[in-house]
Amino acid sequence: MGLKTADINEHTPWQDLTTGLQIFEPATSKMFHTGEWRTNTPVVDWSKCRQCLLCVPYCPDSCIAVKDGKREDFDLDHCKGCGICVKACPFNAISMKEGK
Amino acid sequence: MGIKERMSGNEAVAYAMKQVNPDVMPAFPITPSTELPQFVANYISNGQMDTEFIPVESEHSSMSAAIGAEAAGARTMTATSSCGLAFMWEVLYVAASNRLPLAMAVVNRALSGPININAEHSDSMGARDSGWLQIYAETNQEAYDNWIQAYRISEHKDVLLPIMICQDGFITSHAVQNIELIEDEKVKAFVGEYKPEHYLLNTNETMAIGPYANGPYCMEAKRAQAQGMINAKQVILDVAAEFASISGRKYGLFEEYFLEDADYALVAIGSACGNIKDAVDELRAKGIKAGLLKVRVFRPFPGEEMAEALRHCKVVAIMDRAESYSSQGGPLGAELMAAMYRAGVTSKAINVIYGLNGRDMTVSMVEDIYAHLAEIDKRGLRSEDHYNYIGLRDKEVR
Repeated sequence: MGLKTADINEHTPWQDLTTGLQIFEPATSKMFHTGEWRTNTPVVDWSKCRQCLLCVPYCPDSCIAVKDGKREDFDLDHCKGCGICVKACPFNAISMKEGK
Repeated sequence: MGIKERMSGNEAVAYAMKQVNPDVMPAFPITPSTELPQFVANYISNGQMDTEFIPVESEHSSMSAAIGAEAAGARTMTATSSCGLAFMWEVLYVAASNRLPLAMAVVNRALSGPININAEHSDSMGARDSGWLQIYAETNQEAYDNWIQAYRISEHKDVLLPIMICQDGFITSHAVQNIELIEDEKVKAFVGEYKPEHYLLNTNETMAIGPYANGPYCMEAKRAQAQGMINAKQVILDVAAEFASISGRKYGLFEEYFLEDADYALVAIGSACGNIKDAVDELRAKGIKAGLLKVRVFRPFPGEEMAEALRHCKVVAIMDRAESYSSQGGPLGAELMAAMYRAGVTSKAINVIYGLNGRDMTVSMVEDIYAHLAEIDKRGLRSEDHYNYIGLRDKEVR
């Protein structure tokens, strides 16, 4: 079994990294907040949202979680602000605001 | 005690491939290495090998498929030449940085242009910074022997880097020479089964290969990769020593031919060393202390060892079968002179470009080079000595 991703950080010397930076566990993307790249942020107007859930499969970063048949707010740790959900929403319930 | 045969260099390497019988071979044909996948395909259809052969649409694909297969946990090989190797460029680096110990037969041929199919080292020399190990051969026998040793070096846990086994196009790919093959069972015992510690098809371990790495990790990953190359030197020597015990043939990082007491030495790679040895024999018969350092391993570069072996020489000619277009000479010249300077070696050294696009370097041309070295010894180095061509039609007399 290789090193765990949690055992490696920005202070790890080269000798202690895995060979070829290989990773030996799934779902490590949860640990990396790629939402930091975002320049624009989607916002839901909950009064317009009908919970049709069309936005959910369109999101390329799986940032719209569904619980008990209803979508939750965006996972902004991973949303990169692409705006596809805005186009996917038939009720104009999602808009982009400038900035993070 | 070995099997005496007569084989072309491609036949010999294909025979070694059959004996090693790796799991996967993706390949795309290109002269002069085309015969290698052809021979392998024949062996497979004759039931003499059980390698999975993947015909692909380009060399970029053959190397990409090789990377995938090796990452999956399969011992993988491919073969190419010239522009085929150039077309693999992007993925060569990926194979090395992912630490995948696949093996590739490189039948050296000039890169275009002018478009030409003959022997030159510009293809593999261009890939010298890609992180691959590189071992070169003078003869068909050496190409065969190097292939048998390839996986033992590349798969070693202290190395884990891909390896190129290089031979000169046509000269040691198509010309037929006497050869001594090793018995199948000895080869199998020597090479052993491939048992990677980590691989993608391992059902007991989740794994990702080749993840994106951001700034804080890349430099450390490259330093770790460089350590594999540094470690390879000793591994190559250890594997060679073990190989000698099954074959009786001894290999080092380089070969010294009458070098021990030589005043004038040539340093060269590959098949041209045959003619250089003939010239050395003739000059020695006349009492001239000529010698040769034949480079076998170019990556890792045995700079310290070669500088030490040349320390006593008065004048050295470093021979390059590839241009660098640096205005300074070729790649071997540049690297070896740097190593000599670092080691404080004070022998005079010049760089000679020879044999481009398969041009012959005859024994008499080699003798001219040794005569040039003796002249430099007498009159001292001049700026025009540093970088020159042999076997070139030239209006100026040099």
